[in-house]
Amino acid sequence: MKELLIGNAAVARGLYEAGCSIVSSYPGTPSTEITEFAAKYDEIYCEWAPNEKVAMEVAFGASVRGKRTCCCMKHVGLNVAADPLFTLSYTGVNGGLVICVADDPGMHSSQNEQDSRHYAKASKVPMLEPSDSKEALEFTKLAFELSEEFDTPVFIKMCTRVAHSQSIVETSERVLPEDKPYEKNPQKYIMVPANAKLRHPIVEERTRKLTSYAETADINREEYADSEFGIITTGTCYQYVKEVFADSVSVLKLGMINPMPVERIKSFAQKVQKVYIVEELDGIIETHVKSLGIDCVGKELFSEIGELSQLAVATAFGLDMPRFASVDTNVPARPPVMCAGCPHRGMYYTLAKNKITVLGDIGCYTLGAMPPLNALDTTLCMGASVSGLHGYNKAGGKETEGKTVCVIGDSTFMHSGITGLVNIAYNATNSTVIILDNSITGMTGHQQNPTTGYNIKGDPAAKVDLETLCRAVGIQSVRVVDPYNLSECDTVLKEELAKEEPSVIISRRPCVLLKSVKAKPALVVSKDDCKSCKMCMKLGCPAISMHNSKADIDATLCVGCAVCTQMCKFDAIK
Amino acid sequence: MTKSIMIVGVGGQGSLLASTLLGKLLVTEGYDVKVSEVHGMSQRGGSVVTYVKYGEKVYSPIIEKGEADCIISFEKLEAARWVQYLKKDGVIITNTQQIDPMPVVIGALEYPTEILTELSEKVKVDALDALSLAEEAGSSRAVNIVLMGRLARQLDIPTDKWEDALRNVVKPQFIDINLKAFSLGYNYGE
Repeated sequence: MKELLIGNAAVARGLYEAGCSIVSSYPGTPSTEITEFAAKYDEIYCEWAPNEKVAMEVAFGASVRGKRTCCCMKHVGLNVAADPLFTLSYTGVNGGLVICVADDPGMHSSQNEQDSRHYAKASKVPMLEPSDSKEALEFTKLAFELSEEFDTPVFIKMCTRVAHSQSIVETSERVLPEDKPYEKNPQKYIMVPANAKLRHPIVEERTRKLTSYAETADINREEYADSEFGIITTGTCYQYVKEVFADSVSVLKLGMINPMPVERIKSFAQKVQKVYIVEELDGIIETHVKSLGIDCVGKELFSEIGELSQLAVATAFGLDMPRFASVDTNVPARPPVMCAGCPHRGMYYTLAKNKITVLGDIGCYTLGAMPPLNALDTTLCMGASVSGLHGYNKAGGKETEGKTVCVIGDSTFMHSGITGLVNIAYNATNSTVIILDNSITGMTGHQQNPTTGYNIKGDPAAKVDLETLCRAVGIQSVRVVDPYNLSECDTVLKEELAKEEPSVIISRRPCVLLKSVKAKPALVVSKDDCKSCKMCMKLGCPAISMHNSKADIDATLCVGCAVCTQMCKFDAIK
Repeated sequence: MTKSIMIVGVGGQGSLLASTLLGKLLVTEGYDVKVSEVHGMSQRGGSVVTYVKYGEKVYSPIIEKGEADCIISFEKLEAARWVQYLKKDGVIITNTQQIDPMPVVIGALEYPTEILTELSEKVKVDALDALSLAEEAGSSRAVNIVLMGRLARQLDIPTDKWEDALRNVVKPQFIDINLKAFSLGYNYGE
């Protein structure tokens, strides 16, 4: 059957058809939908793990027991899972194990644009890179076959443009693989030095075998046109090359990006007068090709920064650009904003008002860095706000402890904030940690997590009690506030900052976009009472604007949170 | 020959249903199709864009400057923001609705209210108050379908095929509103 699917849904379909039965992932743009779509198939058990390391280890266990299994993550999530990855390469698998990692060149929704292909090379794990949804489905199925044939985990490498583009796929039925019962094998699965020393040569031999496979496999494809020049490319860049040249130039498309073939590349290079490499981010193919003694042009023409496109390819080859019109008027930017009624806003306003230094974390609440709140001072990676706060306060001592906090969401706290909090308690700083608990993983589109009380299917599940958890690691002072109540936020913040002990403030209110949250009637500004003081504008609420120098509330956006009502000294908002 | 259509607007305005409708319709019509968009809530309230490309064979899922045959804009400032992506002889269909971006909301910048006039001097613009037409159809949320009705004038696909596709993507209880919204967009100005 022909279907129009986004790349991530096509991977999920591939998991289904390949007989994959266990998927464990942590959400992260642009990888999230793989697991969400996989969870729609009753035949696949899916879960949101607390973080990517846990997810990969779950996949390891499921593979050892003999099931086909998968874990999915965004590129930076692979950093978290890097520890199991490198040794999983040594143990190999029993049931096929596929790791889907989605890169984000151009950083549409990420804190960096690292190139995951480095991990494949470094961990000596094969990596397949589809260029559209059809290949995403096919490569996923092939990945399981390769995993079992070569006794290795296999990467599927996605990028934003493949993950989030719909194209046509051909679906087929699910085929269950043979059951592979677990057999005790300490030399393979117990990675103590004596055994790991035996496994490492097997890994090197495996890479040699996979290189031989890459020499002839259909997944790498030569499309020869003429000898003028040839382009070696992969993934979405292949589409850009074809968009510009169609079938008029010779192309070597690498579907398998690690390991790369040797003889096949040499043979291609001999057939053309000049070799170009078109790849996004780092020059990984280019380095390989040059290591074979082949002269080629890559990063001289194509930037290591951001995404490529058909325009980037055409420009590099000096082709004519399409003409286009533009306006002379300055078009104001439209950055994403915290929603009207977002529960984070009240706490951020309180922090900004008190001129608190705020170490931030990863999630919707990173938007608190934007004007007019400008509430954040740092954002590094998942969990870094908590551990960073401890370091900041160790360095600053009493001078900083009373006027510095960190903010971290409920899901991010479970992901990797808790270890930082253990450190604060154990190594003792008078740090104040604010958990912005909106009862959901927000930024990636509402995924459940261990604090919400529901699993990926929406069924009731065990619920981590954040207050108890924080006390259990050694924090005596744990307070809960409602971020819609500005005076409560202000009082509790000042009290906790003043204490000679570490503390946690849980700022708790569910995300306003959750279906379970019912909006209150929109608020209205009395034009007679409004004195145009613009205090309400300090909140940066998208529902409030100034019209004819009076505040005005957009009734279609306002959810009646009434934080602005508390800002108004003239009772003009009701 | 590949046709390129861009749908632009403000995150949360409902362009997803429009691109789903268009994608399904084009697949049914036998074209190779690629639809590319930004997912997740990270773009909420921000400027968002969807690329729809179709033809005998589509390669790149994205549209570059000067390549779009048609831009459908859910908001007039967004029409100006993306105009560079329009082909020299392309057309912009835009809703005349104004949604202030945050720099305007906080008073750092002015909303260029005369933007449609300038745009009309540069390119072919088909502007309509899709919000009013949607409300006339029965729901302010049908802005997307009003604009799809308008787009139908630009494509060589009979309206009954559009209506069939609409029935496939809209819940039965909302089909009447959406069919009316489509028709109001299609027939606007006649």
